Amino acid sequence: MTQAPAIRDIHAYLAELEDIPGTRVYTAARARKGYHINQFAMSLMTPENRARFRADEAAYLDEWPISAEAKAALLARDYNALLDMGGNIYFLSKLFSSDGIPFAEAVSTMTDMTWPEYRQMMLDGGRSPEGQRSIKGGY
Amino acid sequence: MARITAGVGSSHVPLLGVAVDQGKTRDDYFGPIFAGYDWTREWEKAEKPDVVILVFNDHASAFDMKIVPTFAIGCGDHYKPADEGWGPRKVPDVEGHADLAWHIAQSLILDDFDMTIINEMDVDHGLTVPLSMMFGTPDKWPAKVVPLAVNVVTYPVPSGNRCWALGEAIRRAVESFPEDLNVQIWGTGGMSHQLQGPRAGLLNREWDNAFLDMLVGDSDAARWIPHIEYLRETGSEGIEMVMWLIMRGALGPKTRLLHRHYHIPCSNTAIGHIVLEPED
Repeated sequence: MTQAPAIRDIHAYLAELEDIPGTRVYTAARARKGYHINQFAMSLMTPENRARFRADEAAYLDEWPISAEAKAALLARDYNALLDMGGNIYFLSKLFSSDGIPFAEAVSTMTDMTWPEYRQMMLDGGRSPEGQRSIKGGY
Repeated sequence: MARITAGVGSSHVPLLGVAVDQGKTRDDYFGPIFAGYDWTREWEKAEKPDVVILVFNDHASAFDMKIVPTFAIGCGDHYKPADEGWGPRKVPDVEGHADLAWHIAQSLILDDFDMTIINEMDVDHGLTVPLSMMFGTPDKWPAKVVPLAVNVVTYPVPSGNRCWALGEAIRRAVESFPEDLNVQIWGTGGMSHQLQGPRAGLLNREWDNAFLDMLVGDSDAARWIPHIEYLRETGSEGIEMVMWLIMRGALGPKTRLLHRHYHIPCSNTAIGHIVLEPED
């Protein structure tokens, strides 16, 4: 066994995670910021809560300690904004599942494509990593 | 003595479970994916493993953000399929192997791996989809399962090196269990996929196949791949592939390839599948 290239500098490690184009890595900082957004989404796992949410979305959201900005993003299903506020896709998926929207269709709303365009891109082999690997490096 | 006789790697995309549950596995879209598992289903019928150590990640089903264990081992007698928002999958309940699981848990802790113990949980597609892919649609799963849940969602997730080393420790633990058991270890998740943000839909056929290559033979190159490489090359959710390294580590210094399959796409994801056995 060769020696592990251990992570010696946590700040450099975390800075690198912010260097991916079009991506919000679910870091501890985002997990802290988005805690109640994600726990709200988790609450939609029961049929009773889904029914209450559907009956009055804004009133249901008012039960949670979530910022007005995040509430607006949740009501608008603005998933990119929610990622910025610390939402995580596996938790947010509870929301689009409650809406009856397939995973890939919900994912497509975060890109600059329509759902049919996105679906075709996937059938054609997906998005290439070329030029999508590093913001700073531009490769 | 119990022995780890084989390792299996497989994607665990939820849509595969939907295809099984709705009888679509041979249609134009899913046919090429499932055809790549035909070999494995026949092989499993002959191998008849007693227990599968199934490495997977929970997708906000059993765990929420209240508690985030890095490595957690299921020591219960049975697990029910989770309701992931559209009702539980109509698949058999999963039977645990509490004796082996507790033995592994204790051994790992004494071997410096600070495991979280799970006595009760529901298991989501991360665990039940691989069972469907490898065993088809039986009335009862033909093997008991020791679930091993890994945090691959909240960063930092465990390093590839740590996952590989955990696999090595699992092998030692299994081999010190006195009962004669045929044990397989499955690593699941991946391959390349990104489910979030403007870069969603990223797939990387070339990288994924290089990763599959690295699992065969005596190379340990895969254990040193840093998180940032998975992120850049395979999308934000490609990091699930560190779970395959637990499987690989548990097979010992050298492996032989029995079967391999790769297909793009399934929903947002590249499907990868490999069957390996330890080689002395």
